[in-house]
Amino acid sequence: MAEDVTLEDYEYPTDPTWCPGCGDFAILRSVKASLVDLGLAPHESLLVSGIGCGSKLPHYMNVNGYHSIHGRPVPVATGAKLANPDMNVVVTAGDGDSYGIGGNHFLHSCRRNIGITHIVEDNRVYGLTKGQYSPTSHKGFVTKTSPEGSIEPPVRPVPTALTSGATFIARAFSGHVQEMNEIFAAAMNHDGYALVDVLQPCVTFNPGKSYDFYTDLVYDLDEDYDPTDREAAEEKAKEWGNRIPLGIIYREDRPTYEEQVPALQEGPVANRSLDPEERSGVDLEEVKGSFM
Amino acid sequence: MVKNDMKILIGGDAGQGIQSTGKGFVQSLARAGLFPFGRQDYRSRIRGGHNFFEIRVSGEEIYTHSSGLDLLIALTEDSVDEHLEELVPGSGVIYDEDSDMDVEKLENRDINAYQVPITSIATEEGGAKVMANTAAIGAISGLTGFDISYLNEIIEENFGVKGGNVVENNLNVAKAGKEYVESKGYEFDYEISAREDQPERMVINGNEAIAFGAAVGGCNFVSAYPMTPSTSILEWLAKHSEEMDIVIKQPESELAAISIAIGAGHVGARPLVTTSGGGFSLMTEAFGLAGTTETSLVIAEVQRPGPSTGLPTRTEQGDLSSIIHASQGESPRMIISPATIEEAFQAGKRAFDLAEEYQLPVVILNDQHLADSYRAVHPDRFDTEVDIDRGELLTEEDLKELDGEYLRHEFTDSGISPRAVPGNKYATYKTTGNEHDQNGDVTEDPEIRTKMMDKRMKKLDTALERDVEGPKRYGPEDAELTFLGWGSPYGAVREAVDKLNHDGISSNFYHLHDIYPLPAEEVKNAIESSERVIVVENNFSGQLADFITRETGIQLPERILKYDGRPFTPEDVLSELDDYEEVN
Repeated sequence: MAEDVTLEDYEYPTDPTWCPGCGDFAILRSVKASLVDLGLAPHESLLVSGIGCGSKLPHYMNVNGYHSIHGRPVPVATGAKLANPDMNVVVTAGDGDSYGIGGNHFLHSCRRNIGITHIVEDNRVYGLTKGQYSPTSHKGFVTKTSPEGSIEPPVRPVPTALTSGATFIARAFSGHVQEMNEIFAAAMNHDGYALVDVLQPCVTFNPGKSYDFYTDLVYDLDEDYDPTDREAAEEKAKEWGNRIPLGIIYREDRPTYEEQVPALQEGPVANRSLDPEERSGVDLEEVKGSFM
Repeated sequence: MVKNDMKILIGGDAGQGIQSTGKGFVQSLARAGLFPFGRQDYRSRIRGGHNFFEIRVSGEEIYTHSSGLDLLIALTEDSVDEHLEELVPGSGVIYDEDSDMDVEKLENRDINAYQVPITSIATEEGGAKVMANTAAIGAISGLTGFDISYLNEIIEENFGVKGGNVVENNLNVAKAGKEYVESKGYEFDYEISAREDQPERMVINGNEAIAFGAAVGGCNFVSAYPMTPSTSILEWLAKHSEEMDIVIKQPESELAAISIAIGAGHVGARPLVTTSGGGFSLMTEAFGLAGTTETSLVIAEVQRPGPSTGLPTRTEQGDLSSIIHASQGESPRMIISPATIEEAFQAGKRAFDLAEEYQLPVVILNDQHLADSYRAVHPDRFDTEVDIDRGELLTEEDLKELDGEYLRHEFTDSGISPRAVPGNKYATYKTTGNEHDQNGDVTEDPEIRTKMMDKRMKKLDTALERDVEGPKRYGPEDAELTFLGWGSPYGAVREAVDKLNHDGISSNFYHLHDIYPLPAEEVKNAIESSERVIVVENNFSGQLADFITRETGIQLPERILKYDGRPFTPEDVLSELDDYEEVN
């Protein structure tokens, strides 16, 4: 860990292609700020993204980035973490990537407790493809592919994560930057899978879910709210609609997936010898003998 | 008396322990210095259905099973009906006392009917019906004179781990089976006898050879979703994962499996994915991602007949075309395909070096027949010397001394951009499945796009120059008749070639183990050196033949194709040669 990391270390010359007013600008700032708060240098993290406006995020900061394909950032991040648990692995992807096409990976990551941070840029619309309803769009949302209004009710990420076994579940709002910084840092500090669902306006294709819309609904959890209290979390997770709680809704200490993998007990396989005899002391001639 | 040349088949229901008994018998034969070939034939079910294990034993090295049957162990009556046509005159059937065997039907065909009360022997001597297999194997020893001590050795080794009286009971059952046959004075014109020299031999199948080769080749990460017939690679590596420090991940889907492997490969592991055609189809988008982001990755694709679920436990070579073209757009990949157990080991060992040297996905294309068949192999052919080559991988020192910024996708003459593993403070970089510049940043620039496509595809030319091997020849250099093929039909074609040469028709056989990129010059030379070329493939259309035509312009109209889900026998190949029939 480098103590003297500053925001400047994360500066990168590429200008974002996001629309003015997009929530992604604040998310980008908060990702950088939380990494600085944690004292992590750019080479110590790997940001993995999928496809969508939000998934362009790693290109706009100085960091290791793997910009993958639609739906797969979570398993790509999982593989990187399993091969090198020393790396801070963070997914930045949208609601389509995370809850739609990649929804199965989301569910299994919750129970698996793989040590990645999953930041969902949840604007509740497909923005990059210019405005179709997404898995988190509200029922009745009129878009080009739902001219009569969408029929399905939305995915509920927080309760879904809770019942699926996630050990860190938080909700942030891109309009509340300071709180978002703290939530991101806490998520990256968490040992195990950490979901942060970020409510984020898409000013172009989902203007109904604007800053004003959310500002009226959201509130920060009380200071005396205890996220380790499962029953309280179950109650809080249900809250949606007229009042939307922000903050760490649930947190639990449970062994991570990677710390239980026998082959990782002596350190990351990515950094150790590729020669199996050097790596583990196995005698290959003896293994060969087992075929005789 | 026929000595050390016979074909035995153990047939019964799934769940009767046929595969383990068959493999145990193969191991015993190998211990005796003989050369067995064992092939399993099973169905996609846990219990019931006709399953069998076929063993051919020879005093000389063999690479294939062949048609005809000399001894049938019929654990069910169905077994006889299923295999009656294969039994040759003078052969025999061992059947249980309470089975409703139509002895006359056998005798009319000059087949000996040997009643052996295998179930009662198992119950009386071993205390459990499940040992009927062991009684039958004991009976084989009695019929053929095969020294029972070789069976006993394997019983002790294979059942030792089960503890209790399992070993002792099985030994007693085998002995009783043998003695019963001897007491009856059954006559049988076949003999199996141990060779005087009994060099050590491995008994291994194609999937195990790939798995072991992968371990020797530095595989330290496996991400796979089970799919027949690939699963035994995953299982073998999982079994040895703790001892070898290999990360094993069985995730939620094939989509996850390949993506996890890509993540692992990106940060510097040597990942292996195992799957069959259906799973590979699901992986194709990510396969293109690996090609575009230049991520090293090995996929062992063990083919079974499609389309769709097809024949899930059977064999075919139907996926070559789809893998050559897999994923949208054009991205580099390599395809290597073992034809023998020795090549399967080599492929497992070598694939990871190729993947890292060329920074692309390498497919080891296997098929069910090679995957599941056992052969006795001389241990010298499995070189466990570890010799890892990671290609142009930059160390921290290299990166420190770089002039200027590190460029992940740098344009080079070879197309290979020196690679840095993320986590190094001198090389913080990005990559993406979007078209990108040398830095790994997204670009739409037409000139960079063209240069980047050229760079990625150039690696295949470099591979052709440096590493891709041409077809290997079996048989004389000059021949009237040349066979051309790949994968598991090797054994059958090789033996057909031996037979043809023996009968005065000069023949040879070229097989390709490096298929993509195609070593076109060498293939062309092989084809042009012969008057007549016949391609042999276990698929409907002749996928390799079509690919060769596309790459070389040479037409290959003569094809022996088989797509009934069953592997070739030498007789299948020979029976397709019209003129051969005339000669004989």
